[in-house]
Amino acid sequence: MTKITFVKHDDEEIVVDAENGTSVMNAAVDNLVPGIDADCGGECACATCHVYIDEAWFPKVGNTNDAEEAIMSLNPDRQETSRLCCQIPVTDEMEGLKVRLPEFQF
Amino acid sequence: MSVARDQFNTMFGRDPYSIPLDEYDMNQPELFQSDTQDAYFTRLRKEAPVHYCKDSEHGPYWSVTRYKDIMEVESNPEIYSSEPSIALADPEPDFDISMFIAMDEPKHGDQRKTVQDIVAPSSLASLEPVIRERIAGILDTLPVNETFNWVDKVSIELTGQMLATLFDFPFEQRRKLTYWSDVATAIPEPGGLVETREQGRDILLNECLPAFVELWNQRVNEPPKGDLISMLAHGKETRDMNPMEFMGNLVLLIVGGNDTTRNSLSGGVKFLNENPDQYAKLMADPSLIPTMVPEIIRYQTPLTLMRRTATQDTVLGGQNIKKGDKVAIWFLSGNRDEEVIDRPNEFIIDRARPRQHLSFGFGIHRCMGNRLAEMQLRVTWEEILKRFEKVELVGKPERAYSVLVRGFTEMPVQLRPKAK
Ligand code: HEM
Ligand code: FES
Repeated sequence: MTKITFVKHDDEEIVVDAENGTSVMNAAVDNLVPGIDADCGGECACATCHVYIDEAWFPKVGNTNDAEEAIMSLNPDRQETSRLCCQIPVTDEMEGLKVRLPEFQF
Repeated sequence: MSVARDQFNTMFGRDPYSIPLDEYDMNQPELFQSDTQDAYFTRLRKEAPVHYCKDSEHGPYWSVTRYKDIMEVESNPEIYSSEPSIALADPEPDFDISMFIAMDEPKHGDQRKTVQDIVAPSSLASLEPVIRERIAGILDTLPVNETFNWVDKVSIELTGQMLATLFDFPFEQRRKLTYWSDVATAIPEPGGLVETREQGRDILLNECLPAFVELWNQRVNEPPKGDLISMLAHGKETRDMNPMEFMGNLVLLIVGGNDTTRNSLSGGVKFLNENPDQYAKLMADPSLIPTMVPEIIRYQTPLTLMRRTATQDTVLGGQNIKKGDKVAIWFLSGNRDEEVIDRPNEFIIDRARPRQHLSFGFGIHRCMGNRLAEMQLRVTWEEILKRFEKVELVGKPERAYSVLVRGFTEMPVQLRPKAK
């Protein structure tokens, strides 16, 4: 289990235990974190699992893939540390990861 | 039905298993009007999930019928292009209206970004009370214990009012929007809404376009505001659009937001009446409305398909697709795929993952209005439940003569008011 913190746009923090081998999106959905609808179920095809990664963490969560880039680039609120969190696998190295939930997904 | 269509009406009424697979052609409105398409799709999913039809009214095309294969097409827009058309018919040379639903990157994204603020969560939040008020207004004037056509009095009226609001179109002329939307998707047939393609084109060019050009000219000289015309007139990527592009985006937004939502509003009434256990569950617990709404949209699948065109030779589901081939992705079939959706043929208002359906497509072209559509349906059902014990279906619904648009023309109902 790996601890991940979701920070709502009003700064409330939700800390969840994520199972290794799943994705950050799964951790959110399994723990009913609001604002992660994940319509496509993790296929990188709906962009409803958009998060802003904490800056210090951004280089550590891996690279944005092409499909992810294509669909995120349609969003005017996309930021430099934006990711679709179904594309981020949960591993031991993620212990303490912090991601923000964008206001536009509420 | 026209003689030209007659020769392609080869499947209707025949046992799906008596027709050789290589004679299958799902592009036949008769199948959808009679709501008999499912058995044919079931066979295709099992025996030929990526199927080649060698001839049809619109020439040869592939049918992709499984959820996962459809997802693969949607996720690879550089292989499966949305140009030149998302309908099986190719655009006519003299009426090549262009809309971003039928564009590839980068133009598609540039244009989509210009208008998508209209459906941003903050816009939806401010639209919701307006929509609620209008819905309440419509519901409060309906007759009770008396038969009327739900399609006309509620579904069309409501979506017409919605469109007028989104475009800030003169409210008293809102039925024109509904009319143009119907014209844009009508299959020409004698006695039909339009009898020839030329007639449909002329209505759009000579009536719809000038009306909107006038609004554009008004808005372009006013400060930017929140309606769609103003957004297009002031948007960096759209303000220099040529008339055909302007027309295309209008038709896209009118059609996109109109009969899809309209037919979901009608479909919900039908599905609840056919499934009294689900209706009872809903009445006992109105908090199920938010999960019921995506289920209605899945079950209805208001747009049955999108077409793509292969930009290169490729392989899908073991089949060799050639550069230039037309590829139909059948959302209606994918939404009944038992491999992905549990008990797909049943209407279940409290599914665990109700948004796992293909009715809005997926990928970069995923329906821009999906949350708006859901909101309209949710608010409508909330207001219906406040007032009526039952919206009772009292006759047989009539379906539209169309392949692409899955919808209703008649839905006879009576309202049973709530005991006070
Ligand atoms: C239940 C109602 C609706 C359904 C079932 C529906 C369905 C669809 C589908 C299937 C697509 C194509 C997706 C793809 O190619 O993957 C689409 C695209 C689109 N829809 Fe909807 N739609 C609905 C409501 C709306 C509304 C209310 C609007 C109004 C804003 C709208 C605007 C659009 C636009 C602009 C596109 C083009 C998106 C793009 O190409 O990027 N739709 N819709
Ligand atoms: S869940 Fe759909 S893109 Fe991540």
